[in-house]
Amino acid sequence: MQRLTKMMRRGVVAAMAGGIAAVFAGGVAMAQLAPPPGPTVEAIKKRGTLNCGIDTGVPGFAAQDASGTWKGIDIDYCRALAAAVLGDPAKIKYTPTTAAARFTVLQSGEIDVLIRDSTLTFTRSTALGLDQVAVNFYAGQGFLVRKALGVAKAADLQGATICTVTGATLELNIADFARSTGAKIGTLLFDKAEEAIAAMEAGRCDGYTDDSGSLAGMRSTLKVPADWMVLPDLISKEPLGIHIRSGDARWQKIVFWLDTALKSAEEFGVTKANADQMKSSKDPFILRLVGVEGDFGKMLGLDNEWALRAIKVAGNYGELYDTHFGPKALDLPRGMNNLYNKGGMHYTLPLR
Amino acid sequence: MNPRIKSWAWQGAAVIAVALLATWFSHNLSTNLAVRGMQVDFGFLASRAGFDIPFRLVEWDSSYPYGWALYVSGVNTLLASALIVVLASLLGLALALMRLSGNPLAAGTSRAIIELVRNTPQLVQIVFVYVAVLQVLPPMRQSITWFGSIFLNVRGLYLPSPSGTAYDWIITATVVIVIAAAILWRRLGLIAAPRLVVLPPILILGAVIAGFTASWDHPVLRGFNFVGGTRVPPELLALVLGLGIYTSVFIAEIIRAAIEGIHRGQSEAARSLGLTANQSMFLVVLPQALRILIPPLTSQYLNVIKSTTLGAAIAYPEVLQIFARTVLNQSGRAVEVMTLVLGVFLVVNLLTSAAMNAWNRRLTLQGR
Repeated sequence: MQRLTKMMRRGVVAAMAGGIAAVFAGGVAMAQLAPPPGPTVEAIKKRGTLNCGIDTGVPGFAAQDASGTWKGIDIDYCRALAAAVLGDPAKIKYTPTTAAARFTVLQSGEIDVLIRDSTLTFTRSTALGLDQVAVNFYAGQGFLVRKALGVAKAADLQGATICTVTGATLELNIADFARSTGAKIGTLLFDKAEEAIAAMEAGRCDGYTDDSGSLAGMRSTLKVPADWMVLPDLISKEPLGIHIRSGDARWQKIVFWLDTALKSAEEFGVTKANADQMKSSKDPFILRLVGVEGDFGKMLGLDNEWALRAIKVAGNYGELYDTHFGPKALDLPRGMNNLYNKGGMHYTLPLR
Repeated sequence: MNPRIKSWAWQGAAVIAVALLATWFSHNLSTNLAVRGMQVDFGFLASRAGFDIPFRLVEWDSSYPYGWALYVSGVNTLLASALIVVLASLLGLALALMRLSGNPLAAGTSRAIIELVRNTPQLVQIVFVYVAVLQVLPPMRQSITWFGSIFLNVRGLYLPSPSGTAYDWIITATVVIVIAAAILWRRLGLIAAPRLVVLPPILILGAVIAGFTASWDHPVLRGFNFVGGTRVPPELLALVLGLGIYTSVFIAEIIRAAIEGIHRGQSEAARSLGLTANQSMFLVVLPQALRILIPPLTSQYLNVIKSTTLGAAIAYPEVLQIFARTVLNQSGRAVEVMTLVLGVFLVVNLLTSAAMNAWNRRLTLQGR
């Protein structure tokens, strides 16, 4: 009797393992063989909206203005993607996600893509089962401190308490920095940036830490921004970029080449204003980009004007940066976020 | 149909439905994990955590493993829960007695507080109290100072902390003796006085003696912060106040209902025997009301334990913040981490509930 139950149990386990293996094999086969544009785009087209995961509110990346409209470089990426896939930049459902919940929301399929100033790291690629498609903002972790403290560099923060948000790489970077330099820096973790900033302004901590891009944004929300300064040095590399679920290689290609198209447009001088006139350009790279030559859009499973529509939403990468981080906005120097041929890090793969 | 067969059939159907649902959930989980090449694995608990926990009662530094972080944050959760339960019970009793006092000013005040607090959201109150606490406290360099070694400022309350082998032994021995005496009071029958009169002074005496043998570590302002001593952070204060006040109004209503559930004859009889109003309340009515109020009170206490997770919003390092946020984010093990967090709360709440039920059984009148 006991042996019988044991055999039965073994049978059940084998059947379950077989089932899982079959589903797994099916999943892999689908990822390789799915015809363009792939299951994610099929689903987006069927539903008629792109589900885009964004930040809950960091000026420059994603924040609502007085009329409740989302603004930011991540938002413009979502809109460009919706324009490329659906032909309409307004057909988007934004899902604001906290640092702690963002990847679960993506894994569970609630959103198609996560464009939320999120650092691309090893653990997120492997343990979380995500694809890290492209970097749309090179940042580093910096500190915002009260000028009156008289601190000149991050190493001077010995013994200080720093407010920040939980669920990000920020706290681990501080611990790593403290460990490597021997400094002791305490952290105080909040759910949302607004609460961390409120506690900092009340004097609960000596400063606030975040990615350099977000710091400029948060500084603009303070009561007296002039009382505060961003320390010049950065303690980490934070390549912020686009995450998708692993398993749909077609979708990965579309998102990757969309990012490339926006950056190539800047490289070749294609702007929001002149994009249509560029159809009569003599440069073959431009002609491929705006869809006059080659069947590049069709190879992705879209139509050939996909990139043209994306560029016409809010402009090329340089225009996006200028709108949200330029001198008239948060006034953050382009630095690493310039194109490779202007001293920056954005190097685009060739369109051919 | 035979009602017994019918009831068995319904129960059987329910069991099968639950089993099917559980199977479906676990199958769903394993399939989806497999598609992404992941599996359930608790091995990460032994990896180095690498982060700092700003407030703790037990040992911790960033070289400790993730598993230990669950213990450290669990102790923080229990500390906050215990303080809130005590505060909410005392405050709740006070509000209930004010409401029943017959004095229109006291009753009106109590009623206004209860309606205001119980009709606004809990999280908003906690964040409000936190910001209020931070606004009231002075900045660090203008600390309120007592006796040159106790400091109160926006960073927290800094106290000198005692240490030493003799100190540890005397404290432990005193606590053990007092607890044993409290449990065996009647059986020992040494003194005729009630234990509540005799034991607390013994506890204080032990602490004072221990204090003389200890070496004291005084907080000193150095660089950005005070160094040394013990610190009670404003986050703990805000969480205890915010959640304590919120819970107290519900407890006040439970106590009021229980007191009103005791027949008027009881207090009238007590008064006619010559007991004062206070005596009749604390010796006759309240002990009987206790029997009615323990079951709903238990629910409130269980709610308090669960609601301490709201502390994550104001940077109090409890289980949700440390384990379900930081550890989950760093390890990426969502299923394992959330299972452990739910397990911790389930165990703590089941134990609390068991203790309250045991107390309830002891108080139940025989033959009723």
